[in-house]
Amino acid sequence: MKKLWNIFFNGIINENPTLRLVIGMCAPLAVTTTVANGFWMGVAVIFVLTASNILISALRKIVPDQIRIPIFVVVIATFTTVADLSLKAIQPDIHAKLGVFVPLIVVNCIILARAEAFASKNNVLDSAVDGMGMAIGFTLALILLATIREVLGNGTWWGIRVLPAGFEPAIVMILPPGAFVCLGYLLGGLNLLTGKTGEN
Amino acid sequence: MADKNILLSEGELLVSSSPHIRAEETVDWLMWQVVIALLPAAISSVYFFGFRSLFLMVLGVATAVLTEAAVEKALGKEITIKDGSAAVTGLLLAFNVPANAPWWLVVLGAIFAIAVVKQTFGGLGYNFVNPALTARAFLLAAWPQYLAGNFPLPLDTITGATPLAILDGTAAGTLPSYLDLFLGNVGGVLGETSALALLVGGLYLIWQKVIDWRTPVAFIGTVAVLSWAFGGNGGLFTGDPLYHVLAGGLMLGAFFMATDYVTSPVTPKGRLGFGVGCGIITVLIRLWGGYPEGVSYSILLMNLLVPFLERWTVPRVYGTKSAQA
Repeated sequence: MKKLWNIFFNGIINENPTLRLVIGMCAPLAVTTTVANGFWMGVAVIFVLTASNILISALRKIVPDQIRIPIFVVVIATFTTVADLSLKAIQPDIHAKLGVFVPLIVVNCIILARAEAFASKNNVLDSAVDGMGMAIGFTLALILLATIREVLGNGTWWGIRVLPAGFEPAIVMILPPGAFVCLGYLLGGLNLLTGKTGEN
Repeated sequence: MADKNILLSEGELLVSSSPHIRAEETVDWLMWQVVIALLPAAISSVYFFGFRSLFLMVLGVATAVLTEAAVEKALGKEITIKDGSAAVTGLLLAFNVPANAPWWLVVLGAIFAIAVVKQTFGGLGYNFVNPALTARAFLLAAWPQYLAGNFPLPLDTITGATPLAILDGTAAGTLPSYLDLFLGNVGGVLGETSALALLVGGLYLIWQKVIDWRTPVAFIGTVAVLSWAFGGNGGLFTGDPLYHVLAGGLMLGAFFMATDYVTSPVTPKGRLGFGVGCGIITVLIRLWGGYPEGVSYSILLMNLLVPFLERWTVPRVYGTKSAQA
């Protein structure tokens, strides 16, 4: 049981895909203009990553080594299509705002990286927990980034006004430069907290 | 300061082998020379835009200096506010806002310039873009309602379009005369309007050998030639170079921002190339870009090219065939 917890929390803190591994950065930078966008993007990734990790782990003994990558991609593409169409049915507005970034989950390197590095070498239960941990880490990072950007750039959090009406939002925060500045400080701050600065 | 190194007060700069000529200039001396050179423009700004202008300038300097001290204290570094570099950044930032800007705009801009652009990258000598200009770009992207559009007209309480916006066709109005442009009797941000005052300050800096003549001459010359060639409606070489040189932030940018030690090349040829590049981008933005003015973005873009300019223009070492970068 302790092993499962370690696998789970590994993806949230130590190897957080967005804030520690810094992979798959397209979506975190592009969709975090509002907290709702970031949350639903995270939900889609939780579904795709967990499901693809389970299936790839289950298939790991019968997949020929030479053609494993195409097979992984077919599995991931299947679940991405499911996530894309489901989101369109449940949250059509959010789906329209996320646009191309939901179908692009198929080429998100977090998913393929976990398939290659973890699910193809571990049992189904471990892989499911790993997928969930990684995807929740991704989601939390997106919500954190989106919280800073939406509050400063629009004065709201999930559409609810949190800053007084007299506050004049800094539009730059919901534009691409704001995403990069914000991400830079989050990465630096996390390194500072965990003591992993350049000097060590 | 024990070490009189011209670039770094710590003496950390790696230099070639001896003998060395020690210059008497220190960072303090250089920065206070820049402040002296900015005084004519500051005074003309107070004359044309009133005491609100003085208030914004004092606010910019005070915030920049306080931010520098606070960040350096928090990071456990030596407090270097006495070298004047933060004061210059604060003053240049205030020069980049119009007189009717809210006070918090200047405060946030100065904090961004010092805390984000300068200290995050390691303080004086380590920032790769000009702090005051980056803060201006940040403010323009964050609160465009205050930094784009109509600016206060001098000696008046109403606002109107800037000369370049009228020239660009994005705003209605009559173009001011050359004399008004030269003296600064036009709409604009605090420090940019008076070409005369900026020219006096710039020439003083060149005379004192604080800045190299190459960057401003190449910058302004390129703008003049290109706007003469392409700025007219009647075909090639029908443009009005004098108007393009006197209007907008060209004088301020060419003398005081493109010559920033930290973010411009150290080689003479590199400085010429830097000035020409700034001039080309400025004219591109003015004539065909979405903004009426392009001086600030041109300098920022060229700041990013400085490492390449320096690599391409390494001087030939005496006795060798050609320079190897």
